[in-house]
Amino acid sequence: MSKKLLDKQEIERAIVRISHEIIERNKGVENLCLVGIQKGGVYLAMRLAKKIGEIEKTEIPVGSLDITFYRDDLMIRRQPVVSKTEIPCDVTGKKVVLVDDVFFTGRSIRAAMDAIMDIGRPALIQLAVLIDRGHRELPIRADYVGKNIPTSLDERVEVLLEEDGHEDSVVLMRREDAGAK
Amino acid sequence: MPVLNNKDLLGIKELSADEIKHILDTASGFKDVLKRDIKKVPTLRGRTVVNLFFEPSTRTRTSFELAAKRLSTDVINFSVPTSSVVKGETLIDTALTVQALGADFMIVRHSSSGVPHLLAKNLRASVINAGDGTNEHPTQALLDAFTMREKKGRIEGLEVVIVGDIAHSRVAKSNIYCLTKLGAKVRLVGPPTLIPDGIAKLGVDVYYDMDEGLRGADVVMMLRIQMERQGKGFFPSTEEYFGRWGLTSERFALAKKDAIVMHPGPMNRGIEISSDVADGERSVILEQVTNGLAVRMAVLYLLAGVKA
Amino acid sequence: MKILIKNGHVIDPSQELDGIYEILIEGKKIKEIAPSLKKGKSASVKVIDAKGMYVLPGLVDMHTHLREPGFEHKETIKTGTHAAIKGGFTAVCAMPNTTPVNDNAGITEYIFQKAQKEGMCTVYPIGAITKGQKGEELSEIGMMKDAGCVAFSDDGRPVENPLIMRRALEYSKAFDVPIISHCEDLSLAEGGVMNEGLLSQTMGLKGIPKEAEEIIVYRDIALAGLTGGRLHIAHISTEGSVNIIREAKARGIKVTAETCPHYFSLTEEAIKDYDTNAKVNPPLRTVKDIEAIKEGIKDGTIDVIATDHAPHHKNEKLREFDLAPSGISGLETALSLSLKLVEEGVITLSELVKKMALNPAGILKINKGTLKPGSDADIVIIDLEKKFKVNSDLFISKGKNTPFEGWELKGMPVITICMGRVHEWQ
Repeated sequence: MSKKLLDKQEIERAIVRISHEIIERNKGVENLCLVGIQKGGVYLAMRLAKKIGEIEKTEIPVGSLDITFYRDDLMIRRQPVVSKTEIPCDVTGKKVVLVDDVFFTGRSIRAAMDAIMDIGRPALIQLAVLIDRGHRELPIRADYVGKNIPTSLDERVEVLLEEDGHEDSVVLMRREDAGAK
Repeated sequence: MPVLNNKDLLGIKELSADEIKHILDTASGFKDVLKRDIKKVPTLRGRTVVNLFFEPSTRTRTSFELAAKRLSTDVINFSVPTSSVVKGETLIDTALTVQALGADFMIVRHSSSGVPHLLAKNLRASVINAGDGTNEHPTQALLDAFTMREKKGRIEGLEVVIVGDIAHSRVAKSNIYCLTKLGAKVRLVGPPTLIPDGIAKLGVDVYYDMDEGLRGADVVMMLRIQMERQGKGFFPSTEEYFGRWGLTSERFALAKKDAIVMHPGPMNRGIEISSDVADGERSVILEQVTNGLAVRMAVLYLLAGVKA
Repeated sequence: MKILIKNGHVIDPSQELDGIYEILIEGKKIKEIAPSLKKGKSASVKVIDAKGMYVLPGLVDMHTHLREPGFEHKETIKTGTHAAIKGGFTAVCAMPNTTPVNDNAGITEYIFQKAQKEGMCTVYPIGAITKGQKGEELSEIGMMKDAGCVAFSDDGRPVENPLIMRRALEYSKAFDVPIISHCEDLSLAEGGVMNEGLLSQTMGLKGIPKEAEEIIVYRDIALAGLTGGRLHIAHISTEGSVNIIREAKARGIKVTAETCPHYFSLTEEAIKDYDTNAKVNPPLRTVKDIEAIKEGIKDGTIDVIATDHAPHHKNEKLREFDLAPSGISGLETALSLSLKLVEEGVITLSELVKKMALNPAGILKINKGTLKPGSDADIVIIDLEKKFKVNSDLFISKGKNTPFEGWELKGMPVITICMGRVHEWQ
């Protein structure tokens, strides 16, 4: 009951396009720092950093951010495993681009912004996502979007990546199928 | 995914190795938070933590208090010797009163073993044992394990020596359960009056001779000697005790070259440990205190996620 | 008023009866007992058909805490004797650790009269050996015997000073009353709350070594040998005590001994999770001790099974393990737990009747524990097959403190007749 939304090539194209948009919007890469939100955003942030680095011939700092302690749904999700927050630079004064795989209610992004602000004081925060599936519950929007995909609430969007041992793809599933991948 | 299933943390006895590891892993995340400038996270905003201490303690209470504050909870310190118990209120009534104030967590210390268990059975709140009688002090053992893992990279296979009053030490008990569950080899060292007969059945080795017990150790954990034991005939004098079972630098040299020394505090310098060892570069005694915060944050955080 | 019990399987070791007999009760006494009483059926005779049931002499509990006077919130003479009747006991011996202590004839008379008025079964007071149970001066044993005391004990405490114990054993000879010893060396026990061993270590509770009991068992047996007084050892719990008593009996020392159902039904494991309802003194021991206690019951080393019925108020048990009072509310489970010994083949039902009726009556020299014509009409009719689940909410005793909550037990009294009065249970 699952439907492929993006394949390997389409994901690659989205990464390339977003990379260019980030460079363009920020007029270069000075003070740029990419931060992937655990778990899904981390590998995407690394891909973007690599791509931007290739284009600009420089190394872009990239880190990971765990937002567990900032979530508002602790009692619903029961004891999520805490992952690493590792950001290789001081975020104060930086242009931080948060990266996530699927943009949904906006609650994770809210948590991520709080988490970043507790670490330092960035000059600005932007948001890059591979998929925007709608259903926002907070007034938050993305600066860079790989693909907009209208979904219903009983559906689930999964981003599968090579780094996790899958073939690169984005699939749409019914909620009851989710988790059985 | 490993989860804690009990709403309470009563002892290490009740935990599986996986649960212990899950707590330690979670504590690593909090240790990172503690290294930041802003050492506070909003995770448990709106929750209430009550320190219900029936026995005086500054260190453990302060550690729990700060851990709870770092998680953005509201913390109340309810020290009972100065409060209602003096007026003859029963333990259960005191605890129910505190619960009625809206406590989500009760951190309990009591001189009588089993009190946290009694309260856990009769309260909705999560009960965390902060030391009960001579039974257990689970968060101390967790922070000790966390420190060992951090310093040695592992716990399995480590040779850990615990020296002192094993019989009356809840720290020793919790450490024995914790370390054996995680695969360390535990040796107990002390006078026979302070090492209960038959404790080897818990999977530990017993040494009355300290030099023999220290040989090749990775970790040496010294326990605090209670002065009142001397009056009760457990050992004849502190001089004789220090001569046989005190940790001096000469003795410490018998352990491995990279061995670390630990102490749950407060220390009696010159009675169970000499100052040069306590302040030496292989002493991790102050790091234990820091790690205590991370471990206690992890325990509060994980228990908050347990479905009642 | 006459009562005829027919078709029941009568067991009365005092007459060596074991078979179908009919018993005729007239007033408060047993009139006749025979295989078949060919009496004309008369309207004035109430007939109890005990087909399929066992008919035994009413049980005698020589170790009961009725708590009155002084602790009426735990139990009263009224509720305690009512619980006794439900448990198949028609006579109980009230231990003296009340407030005030039963250490003088005035208190004895008070208990006696209160029991006459409100008691549902016969109550025999036990007097304190020493004034205030302080272990210092002997109580007025002679006057208290005249007032109704059948034995003397400082139960709850040992008589710590061996010289005082010696005097008690000597002096009591003049009145031919047993001295019941609670054996516990208080210095060695040092405030312990459970059996000493690995479990006490891992629970962080102060242990009481078995030797704390055995040292005093041995001491008091030595003093019984020295004085020729009649010594009865209360509630033994250890293998060592059984061995010491067995050896003393072989030497001809005048010593008898009792144990309680919990000492052959439970080990120290029952207090896991800090269950204060399993806190007793002496403490529950180990499997090895249970086996030795059963062996002692079997070979006669242990003469008596008593309840040590020690009711406490719920709130008193709902507290720190160290501070909770010791004791089990035992009257309403003792018989059923003891019947397990019969089921397991440790002893016969007839031997059980000896341990729970005839022997205690003999030690106390009271005319109970028998169905001989002319004796009191104290009878218990039991259904050996009837199963039930222990539910302390249904206890008549005020003490709901039982570690047997939820246990499935087999065999229980269905009718208890005390002094000719019939109490039926469904």
